Amino acid sequence: MTIPEAFQHLNDAYGINLSLVYDPFDRNRFIRGLEMTLLLSLVSMALSVVIGLAGAWILGGRSRFLKGVTTGFVEAFRNTPPLIQLLFFFFAVSPFFPGPVNSSGQVTPLIGGVGWAILSLSLYAGALNVEIFRSGLEAVPSATREAAESLGYTRLQAFRQIVFPLAFRISLPALNNNMVNLIKTTTLAYAIGVPELLYASAAIWSESLNVREMMLVMLATYLLLIALYTGIMDRVERALRMPGTDV
Amino acid sequence: MRLFVKSAIALMVLALASGQATADDTLAKVKAAGKIAAGVKNDYRPWGFLDPSGQIVGMEVDLARDIAKRLGVEVQLVPVVAANRMEFLAQGNIDMIIATMSDTPERRKVVGMVEPQYYASATNILAPKSAHLKAWTDLTGKKVCGVQGAFYNRGVEQKYKAEIVSFAGVPDALKALQAGTCIAFVYDDTFIQSTLSSKDPQWADYEMPLTSEDPQPWAIGVRLDDVNGPFGQFLSKTSEEWHKTGYLIDLEKKWGITPSSFLVEMHNKYAGK
Repeated sequence: MTIPEAFQHLNDAYGINLSLVYDPFDRNRFIRGLEMTLLLSLVSMALSVVIGLAGAWILGGRSRFLKGVTTGFVEAFRNTPPLIQLLFFFFAVSPFFPGPVNSSGQVTPLIGGVGWAILSLSLYAGALNVEIFRSGLEAVPSATREAAESLGYTRLQAFRQIVFPLAFRISLPALNNNMVNLIKTTTLAYAIGVPELLYASAAIWSESLNVREMMLVMLATYLLLIALYTGIMDRVERALRMPGTDV
Repeated sequence: MRLFVKSAIALMVLALASGQATADDTLAKVKAAGKIAAGVKNDYRPWGFLDPSGQIVGMEVDLARDIAKRLGVEVQLVPVVAANRMEFLAQGNIDMIIATMSDTPERRKVVGMVEPQYYASATNILAPKSAHLKAWTDLTGKKVCGVQGAFYNRGVEQKYKAEIVSFAGVPDALKALQAGTCIAFVYDDTFIQSTLSSKDPQWADYEMPLTSEDPQPWAIGVRLDDVNGPFGQFLSKTSEEWHKTGYLIDLEKKWGITPSSFLVEMHNKYAGK
């Protein structure tokens, strides 16, 4: 008996329906969903770190205008539900960005569901990252900064070579928490029809009618994904350990 | 970590092993409670939709009310969508589904389908006239909006290689269609017909261009152990009478639905008996 046959039997005899093992169509959907979840997670993580760094840099700078804009952005995205942000972008903002006209004369949106999901998730996690990096930067002792200045470092040089490496290390645990949260938040993309893991699972369970089994498969999958991420980051944290400090 | 993984696995095994809520006699339960909970749609004009005052009304709501009246109980309307109605029923949140549910062999494994079925619909698409779609095969490789949990999504994806982008509800999917996210919206032909005949200007440039496919009857859904019990038998008799007396055809007229040949056939069948 092959593995798919064994799972088919499990369904026929015991009513435990793991269709994603024996049904190639469901399996393919699930794998594509997993790939989409990974894509959303990785791209949004990278963008949110960039947003976080830029925001923290601005907040430590001199321009009052840019500081005001950044604070406004952080407060708006940190204090509203990410699902509402996503729906707002997809249903309310998207119509203002008409894209090319397709072969049948329909105007298609410039940015599709996946694009809006990445943008929205990056901004949401980015807003939190701004705060995380800012507190990391503030935790670098001012004596260290002053020492760098007295050695003739410019602000950018001191930031790049002294303050940021220290601040990044201090921020790492909080950053990891936020990134774990981001991986879980990618499931919201389900609401705008992005075929990620939850979407694929919902499609499978509403046709194969195996809600409980798919729920468990999904929980286990996310548990594994996040265990993988935290496992990697544990090693990074250990490799970047700063002797003589708590972190 | 190891303990955590162990307890997580134990929890999952437990969840798999525990059976679904078993219903004793639903008919007796409903009568004792004095009310019946019916799962209906609220986004499917004119079968179940919200009127301007926020009340759920429609042809299926009338059917639910008729059932309650026959039982001498109050009706409690619970809005459901395709993706959650069967779970609601299994969990006991509702006593029956009257929510444009097609009777398919896969669903019969988890839901008791009451015969005779009270309506029938087939699958078609709503598309802008400018898309010039002529055949189902024109959808190959195109994005098509749909609603999560509709049974024909898979068929359209497999047979015609269309890419289904499905949303939680009808309004979301229609909005995405209008925004150009997809070339067409795949759904029940009955719904598309009533949308187009509503003379709503926003649908003036849209059409139902294909030949309807895959006709399926709609059935009232009950829990599996009810379907041959007193509750299922009561509903079955009620549905028979609806066909026999022409009640369904009257309701179809009342709600301005394009007359269906299914109802005429069923009426002739039961009235002749």
